[in-house]
Amino acid sequence: MDITSFLIQILNALQYGLLLFLVASGLTLVFGIMGIINLAHGSFYMIGAYLAFALTSLTGNLMLAIVLGIPLAFGFGALLEKLLFVHLYKRDHLQQVLLTYGLILIFEELRSLTVGDDVHGVAIPDLFSASIALSDNLSYPVYRLVISVVCIALAAGLWWLMQRTRLGMMIRAGSFNREMVQSLGVNIDMLYRTVFALGVALAALAGMLAAPISSVYPGMGGSVLIISFVIVVIGGIGSVWGALVAALLVGFADTFGKVLMPELAGLTVYLLMAVVLLWRPEGIFRKG
Amino acid sequence: MNSAVVTLFKLAVLAGLVLFPAIGSSFYVELVAKILIMAIFAMSLALLVGFTGLVSLGHAAYFGIAAYTVALVAPEYEAANLWFVLTASVLAAGAAAFFIGLFVLRTKGIYFIMVTLAFAQMAYYIFHDTALGRSSDGIYLNVKPDASLFGWAPFSLDEPLHLYYFILAAMVAVFVLLAYVLRSPFGRVLAGIHSNEHRMKSLGYSTFRYKLAAFTLAGALAGVAGFLYAVLFGFVTPEYLSWHQSGNVLMMVILGGLGSLAGAVAGAFAFIGLQEMFSDWTKHWQLLMGLVIVAAVLFMPTGLAGLPRRIFRTVNWGEDDE
Repeated sequence: MDITSFLIQILNALQYGLLLFLVASGLTLVFGIMGIINLAHGSFYMIGAYLAFALTSLTGNLMLAIVLGIPLAFGFGALLEKLLFVHLYKRDHLQQVLLTYGLILIFEELRSLTVGDDVHGVAIPDLFSASIALSDNLSYPVYRLVISVVCIALAAGLWWLMQRTRLGMMIRAGSFNREMVQSLGVNIDMLYRTVFALGVALAALAGMLAAPISSVYPGMGGSVLIISFVIVVIGGIGSVWGALVAALLVGFADTFGKVLMPELAGLTVYLLMAVVLLWRPEGIFRKG
Repeated sequence: MNSAVVTLFKLAVLAGLVLFPAIGSSFYVELVAKILIMAIFAMSLALLVGFTGLVSLGHAAYFGIAAYTVALVAPEYEAANLWFVLTASVLAAGAAAFFIGLFVLRTKGIYFIMVTLAFAQMAYYIFHDTALGRSSDGIYLNVKPDASLFGWAPFSLDEPLHLYYFILAAMVAVFVLLAYVLRSPFGRVLAGIHSNEHRMKSLGYSTFRYKLAAFTLAGALAGVAGFLYAVLFGFVTPEYLSWHQSGNVLMMVILGGLGSLAGAVAGAFAFIGLQEMFSDWTKHWQLLMGLVIVAAVLFMPTGLAGLPRRIFRTVNWGEDDE
């Protein structure tokens, strides 16, 4: 492998890992703070991608679609929490698995009923449709770089939200002791709803950003869900920082696995997880 | 409920299953055979989820590994020996469960759910992507295994009725075996781990070994189900190991009610019965299935097995002896 294609693979790995971080960060927050295992989290990624497809065909521009799509996804998440997930906080993990599995089936069929089962493409906005030439015959699409930059900005924003704002402080406190935070006068129900909706919006945004490069297809949520689980396991439940490091590890393992060992490409990520489990069963950055 | 009544009820269900082929058409006999196989699968998972407190979301791996073992071990155009392929596939599923158990049992709670799912996905990719699974479309099993034992053939699996009774016998055997295991000292330790693992540890039990034994046994019994499924339908595909399959069998166990083998069997009947009914009505039957599952969590937290008691309690309002 020459240096230019090596550089391309590194950029691909970064972009894939950062995109996975958007999905996994919401998952790990909802686990860590509310103690909920949400199998339907991959569906939010799928819903985001289809939202990008529908809104782009409506408005003619992906960027406009994303601007409209984020508040829609956030509102959808808040509504879902109010109607369903609020009943799960006091139930055991088994019932959470059951209900969220049922939700996957519902979302997939609603998707099939409204949009159909065809694969759709979403156009890259004209502004970012160029490629940067790296050598005579190799180039790198600008849009992928844009995805990476947006994800890095979001990761920084998430860090700032969690560490430097009052809301973040309440969220962190709520994950340690729900009753104590409540008795200090914080509206914990509203706090949980915000965190859940934030997770939904992040996953949907990842789906919207990915739509032009991965295209939009049925069942796209399932594989992302399982990879996100692997990331949360590697990074440690509840740790946003751990999710970032683990997502990048998974991005690199998957991308270079495909290049170096095409036969075992599907397995590298799981082998990575197995190694981490032997070394640290609670994940690399498990708190407490 | 009175335990004699319960035993009588179970025997009546068994008698109904024995007599069923006399009244059911061949389509329904095959459907009930499929349900019985899923009942074995659900009971094997109930050992983990209901009795040991280990929520595995990757149980389809062992089902699929056993099914693939039949397809890979059997010669292409000749009948394999039933007893040989049965042993081979159950051993393969048990061995896989043992090795995966060494990893996944190091984790607990939510981690365990996610890690079992991830390992099952890894097994899925092994059969989907590598040369071992031959093709991502699956493998046909052209000839059903031959049941002869030292030259004597007690029955022939080519006969649909013989196959049905073979599957029914396997289901009853697994039920009896698990009922026996759960009553044995080993089963009591599992129950102890379920209610308080720390206490069992401080009593000197090596809980990891007990959990690993339970995980391996559950995997091997899931292998029995996978083996029978491959023989019944003459076909294996990577989808047997998919996480939807793991999800479905977990639904059967939970819908049936935890902590009861009969509940797992009832859950298999309810789940596949609903699946058949809904898919008769509409192409989008999974929507109805999803709605039933969500409603079941919200309104029926104790499952089908808990339903009689709940109804009983509602009728005797206020005379609850809880």
